Amino acid sequence: MTLVKTQLGRRAFIKNTGLAGGGLVLGFSFFNSCKPKVAEAVAMELEMPKEWYEINGYLKIGDNGVVTIMSPNPEIGQNVRTSMPMIVADELEIDWNNVVVEQAPLNTNLYSWQVAGGSRSISSSWQNLRMAGATARQMLKQAAANTWQVPVNEITAVAGFLKHEASGKSAGYGEMASVAAELEVPEEIELKEHSQFSIIGTTKKNVDGKKIVTGEPLFGIDVQREGMLIAGLVHPPAFGKKLKSFDAETAKSMPGIKDVFSLKLYDEDFDKMAFHFTAFNEVIVVVGDSTWQVMQAKKAIKAEWENAPDISDTMTLFGNTMKVNFPSGMEDSEKHTSKLKDLINRNAKVARKDGNPEAAFKNAAKIIESEYSCPFLAHNTMEPMNFFANVTENHAELLGPTQTPEWMEPAVAERLGLPLDNVDIQMTRQGGGFGRRLYGHFMVEVAAISQRMKAPVKLVYSREDDMTQGIYRPAYYAKYRAALDENNNLIGFHVRAGGIPESPLFANRFPAGAIDNYLAEDFTLDSNITTGAFRAPRSNFIAGAEQSFLDEIAEAMGKDPIAFRIELLKKAETNPVGEPESNDYDAARYAGVLELVKEKANWGQQEAGVHRGVSAYFCHQSYVAQVLDVVMENNKPVVQKVTAAIDCGIVVNPGSAANLSEGGAVDGIGHAMYSGLTFKDGAPEQSNFDRYRLIRHTEAPKEIETHFVQNNIDPTGMGEPPFPPIMGALANALYKATGRRHYHQPFITDRPPLVG
Amino acid sequence: MATFNLKINGETKKVDVDGSTPMLWVLRDHLQMVGTKYGCGIAQCGACTVHLNDNAVRSCQLPVSAVGEQEITTIEGLSENGDHPVQQAWLEVDVPQCGYCQAGQIMTASALLKKNPTPTDDEIATAMNGNICRCGTYTRIRKAVKMAADNS
Repeated sequence: MTLVKTQLGRRAFIKNTGLAGGGLVLGFSFFNSCKPKVAEAVAMELEMPKEWYEINGYLKIGDNGVVTIMSPNPEIGQNVRTSMPMIVADELEIDWNNVVVEQAPLNTNLYSWQVAGGSRSISSSWQNLRMAGATARQMLKQAAANTWQVPVNEITAVAGFLKHEASGKSAGYGEMASVAAELEVPEEIELKEHSQFSIIGTTKKNVDGKKIVTGEPLFGIDVQREGMLIAGLVHPPAFGKKLKSFDAETAKSMPGIKDVFSLKLYDEDFDKMAFHFTAFNEVIVVVGDSTWQVMQAKKAIKAEWENAPDISDTMTLFGNTMKVNFPSGMEDSEKHTSKLKDLINRNAKVARKDGNPEAAFKNAAKIIESEYSCPFLAHNTMEPMNFFANVTENHAELLGPTQTPEWMEPAVAERLGLPLDNVDIQMTRQGGGFGRRLYGHFMVEVAAISQRMKAPVKLVYSREDDMTQGIYRPAYYAKYRAALDENNNLIGFHVRAGGIPESPLFANRFPAGAIDNYLAEDFTLDSNITTGAFRAPRSNFIAGAEQSFLDEIAEAMGKDPIAFRIELLKKAETNPVGEPESNDYDAARYAGVLELVKEKANWGQQEAGVHRGVSAYFCHQSYVAQVLDVVMENNKPVVQKVTAAIDCGIVVNPGSAANLSEGGAVDGIGHAMYSGLTFKDGAPEQSNFDRYRLIRHTEAPKEIETHFVQNNIDPTGMGEPPFPPIMGALANALYKATGRRHYHQPFITDRPPLVG
Repeated sequence: MATFNLKINGETKKVDVDGSTPMLWVLRDHLQMVGTKYGCGIAQCGACTVHLNDNAVRSCQLPVSAVGEQEITTIEGLSENGDHPVQQAWLEVDVPQCGYCQAGQIMTASALLKKNPTPTDDEIATAMNGNICRCGTYTRIRKAVKMAADNS
């Protein structure tokens, strides 16, 4: 056991009577109004207690020993609703079968980092979740000690039961819950040693599994309320346009339509965080009785749009104020490409320089040079953006899918003119996030609509609204150069990378630190097309480009691609270039995943006809190496298998972590191979899945195998890290299979086509 | 507006809606059966898949006026207690990530197995190709469909 002070996140451990109602808490569901038969059957599986006793902000114990554990963070498919409560349950020392999971509301007094972003849910709450469980365990022990009049250190707690061996006394947690709930929170508690974990490190199935497969209401778009209206938006058809005027006569007269009006979201002086931004600040709102009626009425609106001016704005991001520019004009993809191709050949801002790269390239016997690019991408969560709000004179209730409830709450409050305390935000399960729901302008929109309509409102974006509304993955461009001497030694490395509107460069990541003469430069190009974080921002392009280029270098040097990388990492570990702390990775752990994938994939011993590519990357504090196998079928490359090796520290729930690894691989293959959003005259040329291509069943790998490095390091990111490197593995395998290198995503645009 | 008596999950449901309203929205907005999901509205993603008689169809493209006497089965009515072999296999393989597309995947898979109880890998992939999973659970879906086939 490790003794720790309950200082961190202490508010969560001070009993909150306001929330607990004096210790007794009643369960509730915001989906009560529509409950199919199956829901009752599911609820019957675990007998509910008559009374709940709140021990701290993370858990309450029922009089029959059933424990409710709050899952504080947004659930976007990363399975935190299962894995976060697992951590609490393990320290509490309770049978997982006696656990009920509940989604916690936004509560900045009780919880910290209620965000689904940066792959940080588990890592940022690891200590708090453990302490929540351990504190409750300690209080239950104390309750038993007080009741039995024995020393607390003689009490053991195992799987929901308290025992005092000398006296033979024992009791279930439920029997001691009422006493425990009255106790002072201990100043110090003991955390388990890692070797004592009994739930962490074991696979537990998705706690919502049964509800998902029976179609129970779970998602924001499923919210129904008495008297609820549906709202839809019409936004400008192109970036660079804004609303001039509109005629809603016909739309207003259509069946079920309550109102049509224009809505300006933010005033000029609105204090905006990066996550509050919207591409289109003024939109037309249609409110009606049902979704279909609203969708039809939107089509009947005759709107006129005009050119928007140059816009300069400021936004804050984690305390920093930044200036952002949205230049006027109608942009298009061909012009973007030509501008990027021009910029890639101009000197750019030096982000890092080691040694004398100019001399290395001047003296090189051979220079390898390649350019890489990727298009804008839409996040395309399967559940389109939506949110519910019920705003009354003094209060706002919001409910729905958001990755950033905490950061959106001030914007909602400011827009409504309500104090922060009068805004309550609850989270539903979310039909995907991928970064899109970090940007919650739809919450401000629905709150403003509800306030105006004086009614509960659910705002639903159509797929077309969702795909053409902005906040895309930026378009990136990179050029890599390598200098080899006459003996084929790597003597210089140069990367120049830029994008619209940000650069994907990570100047201090590998291979920085492994090459004596190194130069990294970056540049940006402003745009009025709004962009934002997309699963593993920047890494989602630069990893694939860099790992493809390393493959080219290895080939030119006549080296095995894994051996070549490990050699570089050895140098970075033993004799790093630059200040050791400036290199943003742990070379030994990096090499570790390459060694593991080499062993598990039987690298170098593949069957005839199997073409392999390898890639490895570090992001979100985790290390992922992947080997991808391609076979040629009817002259077309087909992805057969992916073998992944991952070091993300302690793996809380290996089954669901493997699911994320599989999803990351499929997601990466899909986007690198098939997806892209292009623009003509400022308008996206794809607005639905007929023209925007996402990977489908027949295109997915037949098999994906995931191996985790076993260690005792506190957990690091898992949602994002498996996504970026696979694009390099894919490109490298395609090269082996076809003899052609793939530089520009999506690879199907390669001519003549290799894949259809 | 017109009145329709629809046979859904073995029960008759009466709705008063415009005849052009897609079944997707009749189910979701008028009958509060929200297991059937909206994904694209143009029959490209499969999230709204229901059974019309025994065929998997996209309810976003099925006007309520075209249903008539045909039987509709939704995810809520696929089995009495959520124990259809496909649902069981989905739980056993722990398929879902976000879970949003999975009702549609299950409805397509269960219609496939009714017609072809022992599909090959290629037949599974082809039959499921109209259902997008943005989280990328395709390999688990294939495994679960095979498991359901073996257990049926």
